[in-house]
Amino acid sequence: MSAVHPPSSESVLAPGHTYASVTDKILGLVLRRPTPLWLTCLALSAALLALLGIAITWLLYRGVGIWGINIPVAWGFAITNFVWWIGIGHAGTFISAFLLLLKQEWRTSINRFAEAMTIFAVMCAGMFPLLHLGRPWFFYWLLPYPNVMWLWPQFRSPLVWDVFAVSTYFTISVVFWYVGLIPDLAALRDGTTRWGRRVVYGTLALGWRGSAAHWQRYHKAYMLLAGLAAPLVISVHSVVGMDFSGGIVPGWHSTIFPPYFVGGAIFSGFAMVVTLAVPLRYFFGLQDFITIKHLSNCAKLMIVTGSIVAYGYMMEAFMAWYSDDRYEAYMMADRALGHYGWAFWCLIACNVCTPQLYWIRRVRETPWITFLLSLVIQFGMWMERFVIVVQSLHRDYPPSKWEMYYPTVWDVATLLGSIGLFCTLFYLFVRYFPVIAVSELRELVKEKAPEGSAPVGV
Amino acid sequence: MVIKEPALYGLLARFANGDALLLAAQKVRAAGYRRTDAYSPFRVEGLAEVLGQPRHAVAPIVLTWGILGALGGFFMCWFANVINYPLNIGGRPFNSWPAFIAITFEATVLCAGLSACLGMLILNRLPQPYHPVFNVPAFRAASRNGFFLCIQADDPQFDLKATRAFLQDLGPSMVVEVLG
Repeated sequence: MSAVHPPSSESVLAPGHTYASVTDKILGLVLRRPTPLWLTCLALSAALLALLGIAITWLLYRGVGIWGINIPVAWGFAITNFVWWIGIGHAGTFISAFLLLLKQEWRTSINRFAEAMTIFAVMCAGMFPLLHLGRPWFFYWLLPYPNVMWLWPQFRSPLVWDVFAVSTYFTISVVFWYVGLIPDLAALRDGTTRWGRRVVYGTLALGWRGSAAHWQRYHKAYMLLAGLAAPLVISVHSVVGMDFSGGIVPGWHSTIFPPYFVGGAIFSGFAMVVTLAVPLRYFFGLQDFITIKHLSNCAKLMIVTGSIVAYGYMMEAFMAWYSDDRYEAYMMADRALGHYGWAFWCLIACNVCTPQLYWIRRVRETPWITFLLSLVIQFGMWMERFVIVVQSLHRDYPPSKWEMYYPTVWDVATLLGSIGLFCTLFYLFVRYFPVIAVSELRELVKEKAPEGSAPVGV
Repeated sequence: MVIKEPALYGLLARFANGDALLLAAQKVRAAGYRRTDAYSPFRVEGLAEVLGQPRHAVAPIVLTWGILGALGGFFMCWFANVINYPLNIGGRPFNSWPAFIAITFEATVLCAGLSACLGMLILNRLPQPYHPVFNVPAFRAASRNGFFLCIQADDPQFDLKATRAFLQDLGPSMVVEVLG
């Protein structure tokens, strides 16, 4: 299908599609026979997931001492991974909420898998602070629940705000995703004759029948959810930023953190969207729906958010000098030239220099280059969080507290394992759910290629 | 044991696209039919209004729950810090409200968001696994490329023969009886 016409850089939907053709194409991808490639990918991800299982089991048995954390570097990989994963999730909500409210039609074919990406990324993220608690089985102490000592969480602490922000974010993301799925689940129910599938998808579709009154309320509810999710996504990473700026550590105690973190989150999230979109469109033949225009727009957004991040780095350096705070100044000098200087220059190369290549049209419009650059950016954003967490902590105020941080094999195993968890969930998602929101795609067909009034065969 | 004959639920007509459906819905409404419904694979703007279906009440529900969530979230922080477990930290006020805003906001979004989803489902009477229109095999297309209009048998103006003829005049690709 895609070979018939050359890829256009301006279109968000290839011409020649009808309501029936988009429905059949996307729903045809669900539950088709597993290909050897899919099975291989799933097996590799599941192997990493098993590694996570081993790492967590050993952690629960021995405690957080198996990680490289120490005092002063108490946060280590766990919080680095937490911030990285939750940042990745943000682009999904940005695409589904902000771009919907701004009537950006190019979001239509990427919002479904981007929302799934959000949910899975938040699951990976939420795991790390809980494991880092030391005694994860007491996680419910974080919540306000009636207890015999009549104690409350400390509601003035950003760390407690984070519990509320992340759990609300996860809940609303799942609700938003599910509400979007209902009409497509109904289409899956109607499109199959197999009894088991009809029962499962029919149950999930809740008896959706596309009634006019239902569509009207559905649309209202969906728009309201988008309106609620848009400020929510800003609040979540702002609160994550405040986790840092609430601490009086040089390199953390700064008011720039919330906006700079939100920019960085959307930056890394769009990188992840590209990382997922390029293989998805290639292996599932979705070039008609996820076009060059989508990749190009994501690349442009990476230039914008990458510039916000670069501005953040610049202001950090400027404030270290302008504040005349000797601890801040030392932190900045150590960040660039100290033991972790290599990590700092690595993040500058990945996050500030790499996105500049997206100014070149050929780079934006060549899928495999966009894909490779998106991997570089994600690596760079992980390094950024590593530098903020580890480098800031390892030079605390009195030199007697200074300590290096070295990750152990268990730190690396948990990080790789979380990637395995994400990939496993994502591979299962692409097999059991439509990767593109079909009901929204039909609206796009209506706008782009209206069907004639000739009666359609029954 | 007497097996009940399935009753007639209504007449279902299929149209080619959303515009044709909207046009047919206008004529059905003008002809005086009130017990009607239309089904489409995506939202056809204005269809519910044309058929005179009750307006959505989702927004007031979401607003109400959003306000309740905000009050509840703030009350929780205030109650814990001022009434139930006051802690004097460097003489700062117990009701340090700026610190409570983050949780107040999250509680607002949580309550409003859940009420948007649940409110929509409850107003739509979902989940509803059975509906007579599902008895029509061709209705499966309602989630693919089928645009349907149904005049229900309990409409005071409904007359099987006359209504069928009326629907046929609207130019549908098919008209079938819905039993259920």
